[in-house]
Amino acid sequence: MISDKLQKLGRSTIDNVAGFGRSGLMLFGALVGKPDFRKGFPLFIKQLYVIGVLSLLIIVVSGLFIGMVLALQGYTVLVKFGAEGMLGPLVALSLLRELGPVVTALLFAGRAGSALTAEIGLMKATEQLSGMEMMAVDPLRRIIAPRFWAGVVSMPLLALVFNAVGILGGHLIGVDWLGVDAGSYWSTMQANVDLYQDVLNGVIKSFVFAVIVIWIALHKGYDAIPTSEGISRATTQTVVTASLTVLGFDFILTALMFGG
Amino acid sequence: MSDIMVDIQHLSFSRGDNLIYDGMSMQVRRGKVTAIMGPSGIGKTTLLKLIGGQLKPDNGKILFDGQDIPALSRADLYQARKKMSMLFQSGALFTEMSVFDNVAFPIREHTRLPESLIRTIVLMKLESVGLRGARDLMPAELSGGMARRAALARAIALDPELIMYDEPFAGQDPISMGVIVRLIKELNNALGLTSIVVSHDVTEVMSIADYVYVVAEKKVIGHGTPEQLRQDKSELVQQFLKGEADGAVPFHYRANAYEDDLMESVR
Repeated sequence: MISDKLQKLGRSTIDNVAGFGRSGLMLFGALVGKPDFRKGFPLFIKQLYVIGVLSLLIIVVSGLFIGMVLALQGYTVLVKFGAEGMLGPLVALSLLRELGPVVTALLFAGRAGSALTAEIGLMKATEQLSGMEMMAVDPLRRIIAPRFWAGVVSMPLLALVFNAVGILGGHLIGVDWLGVDAGSYWSTMQANVDLYQDVLNGVIKSFVFAVIVIWIALHKGYDAIPTSEGISRATTQTVVTASLTVLGFDFILTALMFGG
Repeated sequence: MSDIMVDIQHLSFSRGDNLIYDGMSMQVRRGKVTAIMGPSGIGKTTLLKLIGGQLKPDNGKILFDGQDIPALSRADLYQARKKMSMLFQSGALFTEMSVFDNVAFPIREHTRLPESLIRTIVLMKLESVGLRGARDLMPAELSGGMARRAALARAIALDPELIMYDEPFAGQDPISMGVIVRLIKELNNALGLTSIVVSHDVTEVMSIADYVYVVAEKKVIGHGTPEQLRQDKSELVQQFLKGEADGAVPFHYRANAYEDDLMESVR
């Protein structure tokens, strides 16, 4: 009985480590080597559109609402201490340091990550990847690499858009609705937000999350069992694994950046 | 230049604990249509993937034009693949591209020809499979037979030396079956290709193949020209060619004794 459990534990550990190894090999095969800009660049631009631009809407709408909610919640607390003038930095710091990168990564995993996994899984199931290999075109270079770079480039930018829209949303609620002074909203924000400490650290976080999400999404698709059930499971796994990994890494990065 | 295009020597391959090939050998002659026949599930597609270097054998050599495919480096393997081409059972067309772009894909990837010349080549290839009029359709709009012909046009786009057909007749209506049979033969002769056809459709294969290997039970059980095979003494070969349900290849998947299985719940 116990040995059964141990065996299962061992098996799943081996599977996980092997999966991690395969994902590393996939990324290595896709990224290491002489880049071919003539062929690669148009593919990269196309993916930038599919992965980045098409995710803009959900990012803008979510950013707006999160900023509005932050202002509303923040105001009700701050006003008790007569500190509603500090609403600006509250909204801006929450977004820049934490919510911008994290929420963008979670939305990105759901919007773009799941789509990537399903797309690549289906290409595998319909033998398109095999077919490409037999035509002497490396699917890692042709399919995986442009998507990886497009994701890594677009997600930090999406997070910045999220932050900007969120701050405007906070302004909309705090200043235009609840009556905080516009001058103090902006000036306290300017005084309390540091370019390196807050903005740059947020971008670094976002960049790390981008690598995590896009790597997991591509690997789950590339490694999917090529059946309808396998692809559906891979898509779910992408969202779950990517989200949890992002939250875990967020804690580690926050501790490193702001903990000491 | 040797007369043998693909030379498989003592090939062994297993998937997990399941031995699929045990010391199998066969030769494919240049310029001929060689057929590999056998019952479903004996790994015929696997054999094509082994020749294409997508799978590695446990043992044995697979010589393609004198090069040992499993021993090649990644770069050399990709060079060798430019000389071969494979028609997948599903067609494996890229679903997000039109038929035209699908056929143009290998040309655009491997050459730097101007777009006007690519257009000419693609139209020629599509004409040879009778789909010039379908060039603007998407793969989802094609019937099964048309998809396979479009994939065939793509497979010959770069004039390969070897073309491998994976079950080209499976799931086709009699008319498209006839079309594909004709195409395989005509392309082979007109372009000087070497063709390997993997199939279990006995009549069609026997009508176009120059040489036939019958594979079962992990190895070659009979080979020869279609004429020689029909005279073959082996019970197994005869059962396969005549399509008898039971015989040397048993109808039943191996199992415990029938009585034991049924009585299990009673005990």
